[in-house]
Amino acid sequence: MAHPWMTSGIVTTVSTHGLHLLLWLTLAWLILGVFALIRIHSLPFAARLFPLGAIVCLSIALMASIMLITGSLPQVAILPLGLPNLPFHARLDTLSAFFLLLLGVSGAGISIFAGGYFRHSHGTAPGLLCLQYHIFLASMALVTLADDAYFFMVAWETMALSSYFLVTAQHRFAEVRRAGFLYLLMAHLGAICILLSFGVLQGGRWQFTFEAMRSAALSPAWASAAFLLALVGFGTKAGLVPMHVWLPEAHPAAPSPVSAMMSGLMLSTAVYGMLRIAFNLLHIRYWWWGVLILALGLFSALYGAVFAAVQTDMKRLLAYSSIENIGVIFTGIGLTILFDASHLPLFASLALSAALIHALNHSIFKSLLFLTTGSVLHATNQRSLGKLGGLIRSMPWVATLALVGTLAIAGLPPLNGFVSEWLLLQSFLYTPLIPHAFLNMLIPLGAAVLALTAALAAYVMVKFYGVIFLGQHREPSLEHAHDADWLERIGLTWLALGCLTIGVLPQLVLRAAGAVTGTLLGQTVNLGSLFGLLAPISPKQASYSGLVLLAGIFVVVGITFIVVRALAHGRIQRTAPWDCGYPWQTSRMQDTAEGFGQPIRHIFGTFFGMERELPSPDDSAPQYRIRIEDRIWGTLYQPITRNVQRLADWIGLLQGGRLPIYLLYSFLTLIALLVFVL
Amino acid sequence: MHSPYMITGVLNLLAASLLLISFAMLSRRRTQRLITLFAWQGVVLFASTCLVGYRADLTELYYSAALTLLLKVIALPWILHRLIHRLGVQWDSEPLVNIPATMLVGLGLVIFAFGLAQPISRMATTITRNTIGIALAVIFLAFLMMITRRRAITQVIGFLAMENGLFFAATSATYGMPMVIELGIALDLLIGFFILGIFFFQIREQFDSLDLSNMESLKEE
Repeated sequence: MAHPWMTSGIVTTVSTHGLHLLLWLTLAWLILGVFALIRIHSLPFAARLFPLGAIVCLSIALMASIMLITGSLPQVAILPLGLPNLPFHARLDTLSAFFLLLLGVSGAGISIFAGGYFRHSHGTAPGLLCLQYHIFLASMALVTLADDAYFFMVAWETMALSSYFLVTAQHRFAEVRRAGFLYLLMAHLGAICILLSFGVLQGGRWQFTFEAMRSAALSPAWASAAFLLALVGFGTKAGLVPMHVWLPEAHPAAPSPVSAMMSGLMLSTAVYGMLRIAFNLLHIRYWWWGVLILALGLFSALYGAVFAAVQTDMKRLLAYSSIENIGVIFTGIGLTILFDASHLPLFASLALSAALIHALNHSIFKSLLFLTTGSVLHATNQRSLGKLGGLIRSMPWVATLALVGTLAIAGLPPLNGFVSEWLLLQSFLYTPLIPHAFLNMLIPLGAAVLALTAALAAYVMVKFYGVIFLGQHREPSLEHAHDADWLERIGLTWLALGCLTIGVLPQLVLRAAGAVTGTLLGQTVNLGSLFGLLAPISPKQASYSGLVLLAGIFVVVGITFIVVRALAHGRIQRTAPWDCGYPWQTSRMQDTAEGFGQPIRHIFGTFFGMERELPSPDDSAPQYRIRIEDRIWGTLYQPITRNVQRLADWIGLLQGGRLPIYLLYSFLTLIALLVFVL
Repeated sequence: MHSPYMITGVLNLLAASLLLISFAMLSRRRTQRLITLFAWQGVVLFASTCLVGYRADLTELYYSAALTLLLKVIALPWILHRLIHRLGVQWDSEPLVNIPATMLVGLGLVIFAFGLAQPISRMATTITRNTIGIALAVIFLAFLMMITRRRAITQVIGFLAMENGLFFAATSATYGMPMVIELGIALDLLIGFFILGIFFFQIREQFDSLDLSNMESLKEE
């Protein structure tokens, strides 16, 4: 592809040595982290290193976008690391570059924010936290660059472990330790499945490079086994229902920038892994895989949205919203597999573009929202929605930027969330072309579920924003809430600009996604011109232009402003509103998070395990309490736990505590083995 | 010049006495007697190693024999004696359950060991190949002794006797292990022994006795 600025020196150098430069940049993160150990207890010292990490993020994003445009890919390298005769292989292709772009863009915002966020010393020493943070970033980059199962698993486990230590930064609280343990357990269950999946993928040749796996010809049964193992493994990391149980516990427990990284970036690496195995390492895809992922994705999306609607803790709400968005992304992947297996590459690439762009969008707006909760948490020390409210007056910056994030996540144009959901719904419209009669009838239901999810997501975001920022202060202490400091503002603004840019110029990211679909499926959708209409299949079917919409919004708002000003200026009276005859009104009488979620709780009652305590009518100090639980926890996980415990008790009988009995065990083992060889 | 048959005969005699000592250890109650028997085991081992070394003309085996004499006949028994004096248990005798039954189990183990040694003896080219069965039996009997005893010190003696059996097995099957390995094992034995000695004092401090059945209370409930 001859690009006009391909000729300039730097770009050429970058595009030919991209992989090496990216590996060096990853090393720069690690060096930064180690550097933080010099003054491990100094908070200002560590805080100064985070923005430097953000510069590395930006360089990686820049390099990744150059690689995607100039397209001298793939590049391979063998690293002088690893075991003797088993070196690490690295490879940069468009899929890795896309996820590195995602990592760089969102990571930059989070890192800048983190420079301002860590003001009070948490449980872990600041220097150590900085090291763990940068190891986490570097391991995510290496996951996308790994080109053999060994390197991949090392990076993957490093990612899990470093994030575990970040989650348990405030390890003095028992609930944080509990959340951390649950996360670690689920992460390892997932990793075992991924490891087994690689074991199947090598196809009996015992070559664990991805290159060998690409050329391995697996029988349908083995290919399906590898796929299902990968689905469970990566699904656990991504938080697909029913493997999601760790996510609502771990995300709220972590410090906010870490929640943002886990939700925005780490979940995306799981998406990356799924795409890598399904579209790159497996040579064939069967239609029922697509149906399976589609069903799981849609269910997760609905489940996440419904649960988010009834949460009263702002970070738990966002965590459930992450489950919803991951569900949407996997819905896109499911459609892609379905189209691909039905030999409809154009629509497959449309669905895959939607999934990829949604992953990018989710990483941006979810990071933005988690970071705003961090600012709110700092200013108020409150996570419970019932004790917040009216913060738009004391925290105008955070409130404005959070508004951008909530509008984006609710899927409103001209912001980025709309683009990906629109693309996904577009690809649903082409499912009647799939040559399976029953699927043709069922999949429109999926589109309906997706639309319902999108509506619920908007509902959730109205609740999130309305309860935190609008209305009256629910606690007197909120009067003194301070706004975010300047580094936090820069980080938030960067992410908000990302939301706006992708929403207005979706062709930019469609190009990036198109490079990926070109590699994975051999087909790209109609990219169009950079500033023209977005019409992925054909302008006759459906098209969208963020620019026109933005201009329209500006014109309408401008005209309204002028008209209102002309008609009403100088004639405004401020009086007390009619109070419906109540003698007094307090800020407690506003709509609450519980009240706002009540209709959803009512309609989707079967989803929840509910415990309600209603006060009796003659109670002088009435208390209303409700506990909402995940049914899956009780129906799926608790029986497993019980059985494991029972098994462990049985095995525990072996440990009688008598030394001679222990000796007898080894003696009998020895005799048995000798009899066996005899 | 001695006839080779005579040397083989003497070797067989030494091996038999090794087995006899092992059985004796299985039935002794007094800790002090056990140490003496362990020292005698060392003497027999020294003698047989010297003889094998002379017969096979291997100087390395002489070094091994010297090491055995130094460590297993002189050093370890002496340390053990000092230890039981320091612990004040030299006149201690431990209750043993059902010595005849233990002897019968031991007998069964010896038969099993001989059966096990047959294919190895057929492959071995050494002059001592007939004694491999005895070496294995010594190992098993020492293990059995560890299982039946309840005191910490006697367990350690059982462990040392097992090492004797291993050494004898190595000598009879392949004319001994390479010198480096043998030196390593000797060092391990000495260091392990010191660590166990420290443990004795710790255990006694904790439970006021060296009876290992007290350790049952350490079990998690």
